[in-house]
Amino acid sequence: MRAFIFQRATDPSAAVQALAAAASANSPLTEAAVQPLAGGTTLLDLMKLDVMRPATLVDINPLAGNWSTIDFDGGNLKLGALARMSDVAAHPQVRQHYPVIADSLRLAASPQLRNMATLGGNVLQRTRCSYFRDVSYSACNKRHPGSGCAAMEGFNRTHAVLGTSDQCIATYPGDFAQALMALDATVEITAKSGVRTMPFAELHKAPGRSPEIETVLAPGELVSAFTIAGRWPRSLYLKARDRQSYEFALASAAVALDVQDGVVRDGRIALGGVATVPWRVREAEVMLKDQRLDEALAARAADAAFSAAVPRRNNAFKIDLGKRVVARALQQAATMEIRA
Amino acid sequence: MSDTNGSPSTSGFNRRNFMAAAAGSAVAAPLTARAADAPMDLAQTQDPSLPVDVTLRVNGQSKPLTIDARTTVLDALREHLGLTGSKKGCDHGQCGACTVLIEGRRVVSCLTLAVAAQDKEITTIEGLSSGGNLHPMQQAFIEQDAFQCGYCTPGQIMSAVACVNEGHAGSDEDIREYMSGNICRCAAYPNIVAAVKQAAPQIQKG
Repeated sequence: MRAFIFQRATDPSAAVQALAAAASANSPLTEAAVQPLAGGTTLLDLMKLDVMRPATLVDINPLAGNWSTIDFDGGNLKLGALARMSDVAAHPQVRQHYPVIADSLRLAASPQLRNMATLGGNVLQRTRCSYFRDVSYSACNKRHPGSGCAAMEGFNRTHAVLGTSDQCIATYPGDFAQALMALDATVEITAKSGVRTMPFAELHKAPGRSPEIETVLAPGELVSAFTIAGRWPRSLYLKARDRQSYEFALASAAVALDVQDGVVRDGRIALGGVATVPWRVREAEVMLKDQRLDEALAARAADAAFSAAVPRRNNAFKIDLGKRVVARALQQAATMEIRA
Repeated sequence: MSDTNGSPSTSGFNRRNFMAAAAGSAVAAPLTARAADAPMDLAQTQDPSLPVDVTLRVNGQSKPLTIDARTTVLDALREHLGLTGSKKGCDHGQCGACTVLIEGRRVVSCLTLAVAAQDKEITTIEGLSSGGNLHPMQQAFIEQDAFQCGYCTPGQIMSAVACVNEGHAGSDEDIREYMSGNICRCAAYPNIVAAVKQAAPQIQKG
């Protein structure tokens, strides 16, 4: 790990000022010389691997007093970006009214990591692409724009089939972000200029021609909260992986349904483990509207969800697996018992 | 130096002492150290190669240290404080061998910076027993034969204590799920589950 200067942020404005200080218009946020430190479970890992090389760390954990709220007002949910995964996963009202959020957090990482990792860091975690994580591979467009992609013709079993480009096929590894996508969450961003909000779905950027740019965040901007309108008791997160626990998704689905009298009024589906960014599949959702959900409809929606999939040599299995995950998640959500 | 040269038992010079001495001699004089919580506007003039002064609270005691800012809690414990119970397995937060409690919550100490853990109560495997009596979880690991090589055991035990305190030791299934962050390459898993089950009621009672 390279040497760095350690700073402790005492308030949000000091934090965003420190983060904006060394901003360069030419470098992407992930390469910025000043990086925020929250749980550290991604950042310190990647610093040890020499993938991330910040000159300064700004410890934002002292902001947790204001930024770790878990607030359910009876109709809407607000989650502070410094809330820890384990605390949100265990929160009774989150479990009752937003099971897809609780599931996505509970099924991620390990108990130790969930105690450390924050929601904000979770949605910004970097890909697990082994060619990205190993700096001895010179070809990685994410690390070195224009250098190529070792995964493209390499061992790409865990790589993405949706949202890929000819520059990058690295999978977005998280789970919680899919829940936020499915629930049409809003993300709150704090910057020097003030606080702004935008749809969470607009936070991440697909690789396209610039895989080094992963989000719309600029240096000096911090994710500070997430809000979800309405309750989603009929929702769940289904995750298929190589091991039963403590493993990233090969294919996962966050599903939320509003079912009245057996008819789907609103259905939401977001995919994980198969795409380069948290992946909402509206083309599948529209098929559910005002329909009775049965096995055949679930299968057709699953097919639609993967209609744009582009497999590589080792990951074609993710298309079949992903379809089955979507179909099963929809059927489980349709029949799940809702606690009053 | 080679581990096969000489006889550590007769020379009084072994690898662990050598490593500790080397680590100690590398620390610069405290006069040149930066304070870890220096005002942020001074940061650009600071030299990241200079050590920082930190005070860790470990097993109920305050431990002032002058260390490189890169030092993790794990390395601070093992190399600077001589508390070698917490083990370095993967050093990337994947294996759980370095698990300690910070403010009562289990974390991986290899991904926790010491400078960021100041003034927080750190509990290691060395701080678990009291008055010469093993903690019920330690006793249960012995009685259930819950280890072979023992390398993952301190992390397993710290994680298991937290697992019980979190209320996640209610069933075999729960224990397996909530102990999944601790890898045992000897595969002592069935006996680890048995040990957690044995100790859980004693911990909850006590």
